[in-house]
Amino acid sequence: MKAMVYRGPYKIRVEEKPMPRIEHPNDAIVRVTTAAICGSDLHLYHGLMPDTRIGHTFGHEFIGVVEEVGPSVQNIKRGDRVMVPFNVYCGSCYFCARGLFSNCHNVNPNATAVGAIYGYSHTTGGYDGGQAEFVRVPFADVGPAIIPDWMDSEDAVLLTDALATGYFGAQLGSITEGDTVVVFGAGPVGLYAAKSAWLMGAGRVIVIDHLEYRLEKARTFAQAETFNFAEYDDIVVEMKRTTDFLGADVAIDAVGAEADGNFLQQVTGTKLKLQGGSPVALNWAIDSVRKGGTVSVVGAYGPIFSAVKFGDALNKGLTLRMNQTPVKRQWPRLFEHIQNGYLKPNDIVTHRIPLADIAEGYHMFSAKLDNCIKPLIIANPS
Amino acid sequence: MAASGPQTPYVANKPKDIPTAEALRARIPGWGVDLDRKDRPSYPREVYDPGSTGAHWDYPEEQPGREGRERSIEHGRLTPVFGTSSPLHGVSGSIRRYAYRYGEGRAAHWLLLLLGDRVDAWGAHAVSFVRLRPDNPITETGVLSEGRRHGVASRFGRKRVDVNHQWIDPIVVAGPWVAAAAGAVLGVRAIVRRGRR
Repeated sequence: MKAMVYRGPYKIRVEEKPMPRIEHPNDAIVRVTTAAICGSDLHLYHGLMPDTRIGHTFGHEFIGVVEEVGPSVQNIKRGDRVMVPFNVYCGSCYFCARGLFSNCHNVNPNATAVGAIYGYSHTTGGYDGGQAEFVRVPFADVGPAIIPDWMDSEDAVLLTDALATGYFGAQLGSITEGDTVVVFGAGPVGLYAAKSAWLMGAGRVIVIDHLEYRLEKARTFAQAETFNFAEYDDIVVEMKRTTDFLGADVAIDAVGAEADGNFLQQVTGTKLKLQGGSPVALNWAIDSVRKGGTVSVVGAYGPIFSAVKFGDALNKGLTLRMNQTPVKRQWPRLFEHIQNGYLKPNDIVTHRIPLADIAEGYHMFSAKLDNCIKPLIIANPS
Repeated sequence: MAASGPQTPYVANKPKDIPTAEALRARIPGWGVDLDRKDRPSYPREVYDPGSTGAHWDYPEEQPGREGRERSIEHGRLTPVFGTSSPLHGVSGSIRRYAYRYGEGRAAHWLLLLLGDRVDAWGAHAVSFVRLRPDNPITETGVLSEGRRHGVASRFGRKRVDVNHQWIDPIVVAGPWVAAAAGAVLGVRAIVRRGRR
C-alpha cells in the first residue's frame, strides 16, 4: 500500500509499505478514504516530538471503510464507513473506566505522561497513522463509530480531532453566560473553539492571530472580534485595554508549541529545540486572562520542558485546564449541533490534496501558503 | 460606559456592555444551547462507567510480539497493546533504548530520544543512497509548492511575523549537513597530511 513516510525534519515522501495486519483480536484494518493534516502534525514534521522514527506514517485525523476485522470485534464489520477518534484507547483501564479516554494506560508502553495517538511518534505508542491507504485500528469495538448516513464525509473527518478539540477547549474554559473569551490561534481548533464558546453562552469572543486570512475566517465563520497581534506592540496590553483592564474571563490556547510572536522563543524552542517548542501563546493566555480566570490549553505541547510563566498563573489565582480531547465523548452532542445547523465543520476546509502530493501539502500548511487553513488528504477516492 | 469615576476592575461590577442574550441568539445560531455546564459532554471530568465504553473484557488480550519491545520505566509492565511502526534498530536504536532507562521526568530521557531521532535521520539519509533510492530534497521537502501555491504572495506585504524567523530555517535544515561535510573534509585532509609525513 502507499503511505506517507517521515524521512527526517521537513522531509516526507510517499512509499510502498506492507499492508497493516491484524495484530490483536480486537483490531480492524480500515481503508482510508479521507485524512487530514493537523497543526500538531507539524510538530512531528519539524522534528520537535521526541522518538519520531524514520519510516513512521503520520495522520491522526481520518475516516474510511472497514476492510477487515479481528476475531473478537463485535460492533463494526467489513464495509462499514467509520470515523476514528485520534486517541487509541482500550475502554477498560482505570482511566478509560472514568471517561478519560485520551489518558488510556493500556495502549502506550513508551510513556505514561501521554496516551496513544495514531501516527504521532513512539512517544504516543508507535502506531502508524491514517495518511495512508490503509491503517490498523486497535480496539475497534471501542474507538471507531459508524458514520451516520446523513453526515458529510468531510464533516466526519473533522470530528475525529479538530472540531472535537475546539469544542473541548471551550468546555475546559468553564464558560458562563456573558463571559469574555479570548482564543489564541485562528487555525482550525481556534476557529472551532471560538464558535463553540458562543454555544456555551459567551458574551464576547475574541480571536488573536497574525495571519489576516485566518482572522477573516474567524470573523465570518466564528462571528468573532479579531486582533492581529502583529499590529500591536504588546497584544497582552491590548487585551487588557479592550476588557476595561480587567482581562478576559477565559483564555484558550489553541496554538501549542509552534507559536509565533517572540523571536527568542522561536529560535530556542522550535528552531534549535532547546525547549519543548515556543510557549508564547500559553504565556499570552496566562497574561491576558483576568485574575481568578481560567486558561484552557488544547494547543499541542510535547513532553520536553518549556519556559512557562507559572508564577503569574499562581499569583493570579488562575485555573489551568488542559488535556488531549476524549473525542468520542464529545460526538453525540456535536452530531446534534451539526444536524441543527449550529456547526458546519467543513466550512474551514481550504485544500483537498491527493496522497501522492502530500509532501507539498505539508510544506504548504507549514509555511501557510495559499491561504491554507485546513488541508484534507484524499487517500482512496470513494 | 460612564467616563467619570473609578471603573472596573477598581470597583466591583463588571461593565454590562455585552449584547443581551436575545441579541446574541438572533445573531449567532445556537447561542447558549450548551449554557448549562452540567450538561456538557465532559462534565464531570471523571465518570466511573466502565460498562459504557464498548469494551467486553476486564483486561485486554495481550498482543504478540512483546519480546524486546521498549517501554517507559514508569510503566509497571508492557501494555497489552502497542504500536508496531518502526522497531528499534542500529545506532539510533541503541541510543533510544538507553533513553528508556531514564524516567519521563528526566530531561536526559527526552534529549536522548531527540538525539536518537537525529542519528536515525542521518543514518536513513546515508542508507537511502546505498539502497539506490536517495532522498530527494526537492520532492521530499515539498518546496515545489512555493511556486505552485503562491509562495511569495503568501509571505510578503502581509505583515506576517513568522517571516522574521524564516531566514533561520535553511541554516537549521542545511547547517548540520554543511558542518558534517566540513568535518569530513578536515578529517580527510588530516589523514592525507599524516600519510605524507
